[in-house]
Amino acid sequence: MKKLINNPESVLADALTGIEAAHPSLRVDHVNRIIYRRDPAQRGKVALISGGGSGHEPLHGGFVGFGMLDAACAGEVFTSPTPDQMQEATQVVDGGAGVLHIVKNYTGDVMNFEMAAELASVESGIKVESVVTNDDVAVQDSTWTAGRRGVGVTVLLEKIVGAAAEEGQDLASVAALARKVNDSARSMGMALTSCTVPAAGKPTFDLPEDEMEMGVGIHGEPGRHRVPLASAAEIAEQLVDPILADLDFTGAPAIVMLNGMGGTPLIELYVAYGEVHKILAKAGVTVARSLVGNYITSLDMAGCSVTVLRADDEALRLWDAPVNTTGLRWGI
Amino acid sequence: MATGTVTLDQLVAWLSRFHELVTEQRGYLTELDSAIGDADHGANMDRGMSAVMEKVGATGAGSVDELFKTVGMTLVTSVGGASGPLYGTFFLRMGLAAGPVKELDPPSLGAALRAGLEGVVARGKAETGDKTMFDAMSPALDALDAKISEGSSPGEAAVAAFAAAEDGREATRPLIARKGRASYLGERSIGYLDPGAASTALLFQALNEALAEGTP
Repeated sequence: MKKLINNPESVLADALTGIEAAHPSLRVDHVNRIIYRRDPAQRGKVALISGGGSGHEPLHGGFVGFGMLDAACAGEVFTSPTPDQMQEATQVVDGGAGVLHIVKNYTGDVMNFEMAAELASVESGIKVESVVTNDDVAVQDSTWTAGRRGVGVTVLLEKIVGAAAEEGQDLASVAALARKVNDSARSMGMALTSCTVPAAGKPTFDLPEDEMEMGVGIHGEPGRHRVPLASAAEIAEQLVDPILADLDFTGAPAIVMLNGMGGTPLIELYVAYGEVHKILAKAGVTVARSLVGNYITSLDMAGCSVTVLRADDEALRLWDAPVNTTGLRWGI
Repeated sequence: MATGTVTLDQLVAWLSRFHELVTEQRGYLTELDSAIGDADHGANMDRGMSAVMEKVGATGAGSVDELFKTVGMTLVTSVGGASGPLYGTFFLRMGLAAGPVKELDPPSLGAALRAGLEGVVARGKAETGDKTMFDAMSPALDALDAKISEGSSPGEAAVAAFAAAEDGREATRPLIARKGRASYLGERSIGYLDPGAASTALLFQALNEALAEGTP
């Protein structure tokens, strides 16, 4: 597998160097592997931090900036960061109003963020609230698994909740809003190909030319089932149906994200979005806002995911509020 | 019947032997993890225990709680994933339970290990049969406690603990994983050993060897 890297061991460090060089609006702590805003947020604002394994870019570092995150902790590719990174970020960004940790529901991420929150409150008295995202409908049996995985809603949540924090809402309100956004969204993803972790050097799983994996997570974890390759229209149906079966999206404005897994061209994502939009309209779902592109990726995996958020006027207002990050930018 | 104590040197020897074992078995642990996880358990444990031995070698430790606090924090900050917090919490809780002492008598050793296990449960919420490190660690400690309550030496108790940990590891093979990333495989996780139970068996193999060497 050909990779645009110097050395599999230094991918993360080299990428952080590139991020800092490319974006003067960001500051990188190379020792702790944390991406910060260049200009610290004002005192009194609730700070938002997130983090996770690398390989999902632009998530999370690409969402650091005005209107979204204050800091992002980067782990090795597909490996959660460690509590000392999150604790350091928590101390640096706290402006006295407390810190919200945004955590995707993966066992390692949850445990490391839990330890960080314990350390931060014991050692520095900083108020920390955590929200764990778990929007992946592909996981059907939540009782006997580690539960639904946190995927696409994380992007929408960081935008909406980031805007609320920017307005000066307090930690309790910001955390409550974050949980409400998570509870109101569902996602489903699929893979046309595997991804290749640089350190492994070979594809994570084998997927024959004529098959696709429905319901994959963002590390190529197995999904619901492996099925014959189908048209974009049929794929859209297989993604949207389980989402609509899980939550009623009628009677409210919806925010829809058609997300690329990293290895599928934008033109194909638009083909898929056209089909998704049609299916939603037919099901009586009003799409108020949409986002099409690569936002929460799985290295070079080909495929896509759909996220639908049941919004309200307040969520739309916060969605439309100005944002200035390397991954999302409008209204500025 | 010998009821000797476990010295600080023996505890360091335990950690050192655990480091050697995870380094030797790095490929094996990763292979187990490729089947039902994300293929990094060997590399992560090796990296973590290397960091631990570097830290312990550089700073030394004046007491049992200091030693285990260093081990726990080093694992937590160097391993990542789920293994870092789980093994890290295990040693942090052991240190808290042991306190600022220079050696552990058999009941104190059992109590410290038990506190470590309770930390693992608090962190990971695992139960018997979830196909996790708990399935090796819990029977190991039951066996160790049973021997200690009979008045056995730490070395004899560690022999029993190691045997029980190996049995516990083997018993994970037919189980369906209910925790961690392997749980998403559902029935596809049947037939494979749990990598965490395998590294836990190495932890007790190391304890067994360290205490055997030190037993007169």
